[in-house]
Amino acid sequence: MSTIRVPINYTTDILAARQQGRTLARQVGFSSPTDLTLIATAISELARNIIHYAKQGEVVLDTIQQNGKRGLAIVAKDEGPGISNIAQAMQAGYSTSGGLGLGLPGVKRLMDQFEIVSDIGKGTTVTAIKWVSRNE
Amino acid sequence: MQVPILRQGEYLIASFQAELTDTDLLRVRDALVEQVGRYRSRGVIVDVTVLDVMDSFATRTLRDIAHMIRLRGAETVIVGFQPEVAFAMVQLGMKLEGVATALDLEEGLAYLNRSTKSIGR
Repeated sequence: MSTIRVPINYTTDILAARQQGRTLARQVGFSSPTDLTLIATAISELARNIIHYAKQGEVVLDTIQQNGKRGLAIVAKDEGPGISNIAQAMQAGYSTSGGLGLGLPGVKRLMDQFEIVSDIGKGTTVTAIKWVSRNE
Repeated sequence: MQVPILRQGEYLIASFQAELTDTDLLRVRDALVEQVGRYRSRGVIVDVTVLDVMDSFATRTLRDIAHMIRLRGAETVIVGFQPEVAFAMVQLGMKLEGVATALDLEEGLAYLNRSTKSIGR
C-alpha cells in the first residue's frame, strides 16, 4: 500500500494534492470518472480549508485495504486555530467565511467514511475514506 | 497556465485548456472583465469542458465572472460541464444559481444569440 504526503502551504499545493490523489486513486482501483472526480474534489476542498483557516498543513493520501475491499484514505491535518463548534460546522450550508457554505458537510457527502477531530488552538484533522465499489 | 481568450464577432470565448490554479482563475476573470470593455463584447462564453474537477473556489470565481461581466453590460454563459463534475457539484451544494449555462460551445453561442438580441446594442 502507498502513502503520499502533500505539504499544503500555498494555493498551488491544492492542485498538486488533488492531482496526486487522482493518480493514487487510479492505482488502487478506482476507474469510474465519477469516483475519481469526487475524490479529487474532496481533496481539493479539504486542502483549501487548510489554507483558508490554518495557513498551512498537510494532506496525507493512503491506499488502504480492509475485509477484501481496497480504498483511498485522505487525511487533512493542520495545527491551526481549530473548530470551536464541530456540530455547527457540520451543518449543511454553514460557513464562517461567507463562501458558498459547502465545506465539511459537502466532503462528507462525497466520501464513504468521514471523521473530524478538532481542538481549539491545537488544530484539525479530517479523515475521509472512499472504497472501490465492486462494479469498478 | 494561460487561458486563451478568442474573439468571435461580438463575443469572447475563454477555453480552459487544463486544470487551473487559483491564480490562473483570477487572471482569466480579470482578463475577461477587461476585454469586454476593450472590445465592447456583448457576450462571453467560458468553456470548462476540459476541467475534471470543479471545486468551491472555481465555482465562486465562475459566478463572480458572470456577475462582473453583467455589470459591464454583457452576458456570460458557462458551457461544457462534464457529467461527473455536475454530479460532484450538486453533491457539494454548488449550484451556480443566477449563472447561465449551456451544454457546449454550439449551444452557448445559440444562447448568446438569443439573449443579446433583446439588448439591441
